[in-house]
Amino acid sequence: MLNNEYLVNTIRFIVLLLVQVILLNNINLFGYINPYLYILFIIVFPFTGNKSLLIFLAFLMGLMVDIFGDSGGVHAAASTFIAYIRPAFLKVSFGVSYEYNMVKISKAAMGERITYIALMVFTHHLLLFSLEIFNFRHILLILKSTLFSGIFSVVLILCAVLLFSRKN
Amino acid sequence: MQQIIFFFIRNKNSLLFLLLFTISVFLTINSHTFHSNKVATSANFFSGGIYSVKQDIKDYFNLRTQNTILSEENKRLRRLLSNMQNSQLLQLPDSSDIIWKYNYVGARVVNNSYSKSKNHLTIDAGRNDGIAIDMGVISSKGVVGIVNSISANYATVQSVLNTNSQINAKLKNTNHFGTLVWRTGSPFEATLIDIPRQVKFNVGDTIVTDGKSTIFPEGILIGSIKDYKLATNEDYYELQILLFNDMTNLRHVYVVGNKDAREIKELENALEDAQ
Repeated sequence: MLNNEYLVNTIRFIVLLLVQVILLNNINLFGYINPYLYILFIIVFPFTGNKSLLIFLAFLMGLMVDIFGDSGGVHAAASTFIAYIRPAFLKVSFGVSYEYNMVKISKAAMGERITYIALMVFTHHLLLFSLEIFNFRHILLILKSTLFSGIFSVVLILCAVLLFSRKN
Repeated sequence: MQQIIFFFIRNKNSLLFLLLFTISVFLTINSHTFHSNKVATSANFFSGGIYSVKQDIKDYFNLRTQNTILSEENKRLRRLLSNMQNSQLLQLPDSSDIIWKYNYVGARVVNNSYSKSKNHLTIDAGRNDGIAIDMGVISSKGVVGIVNSISANYATVQSVLNTNSQINAKLKNTNHFGTLVWRTGSPFEATLIDIPRQVKFNVGDTIVTDGKSTIFPEGILIGSIKDYKLATNEDYYELQILLFNDMTNLRHVYVVGNKDAREIKELENALEDAQ
């Protein structure tokens, strides 16, 4: 059972990374909107799993996306940050005792699920675009990119969660 | 001692986070300054290899357009050659006697971005092909960017569409020069700044590279003037340039190496040191 979990997460890590760098980084809807699906890895990582491990894996995932996209360390920074802050977002979305209630994202109520995903995505995107553009004169561009890319990502992540959640 | 260990164990998540976050921010700041962007780039055999495979597949869907572009270029070069034959070239007994100042290496673009504020390309030629940092990259239609990191078989190129990018450019007609920069937004336009107020020009005039820097040869095409306005201090013009190159659709590029680059740089550095 435990081995199975390791295997699933490893495969998920590799598949999401490849889908992100080969496919999704080239969408450029309306010229600049790209979804960032790879943070799905951080979002669905087991809620009771090892937190240090998650922070490290999130950093690794972000760094890989950065290496492929020549963007320095912006994805690494944003991913590490949401991995660290995830327990707080889980509490806000699913209630204080989410760890004891064995909440699973595939079984949670729709409203709670969207709150959690939206919190993670928009925090990630805001940090990502602030660091990428790195200039407060372009604050409007930062907010615009965050909003549009964020909506795109939330929709895509929600679809992925619905599509791949096991029905049992 | 025990307390210190307990402190570390209790706060291990926060400490790990702080460490990794600091590393990421360091990498980010590093990438925002042009010449030191060498820590984590796609010029390595791992990401370069994956991009090559991706490009091998994508190339099949694009053969017709790329063939047209290449044959257009051949046509243009043939026309140039036929004009030349009558004058200069015939007087040379052997073409290998000509001392070429610039060296060209062909490469294929395996990854390209144009929607961020700092865009880069990855090409499949590197140190083994004679590529070095600071060489210019052009396509058949004009300037593409400047090489900013290399590995054995790959290199990354800082695109013209990068807010760090500054390229010497001049008006083809009058030889007045300025700096070509990009201020985010459209991937088809760039801005030429520092053109003095007294210069005469028309909308539609051609902008080419200036031979003063050691990166690009003189006269490589850049774009045409689309619009102009006076800068805030009213002494200089800011020209809106429509790029000849379609930066969103690049396949075959040439890396230009100036054989005298090192000599010129050494001379300039010696002068700076003397001052």
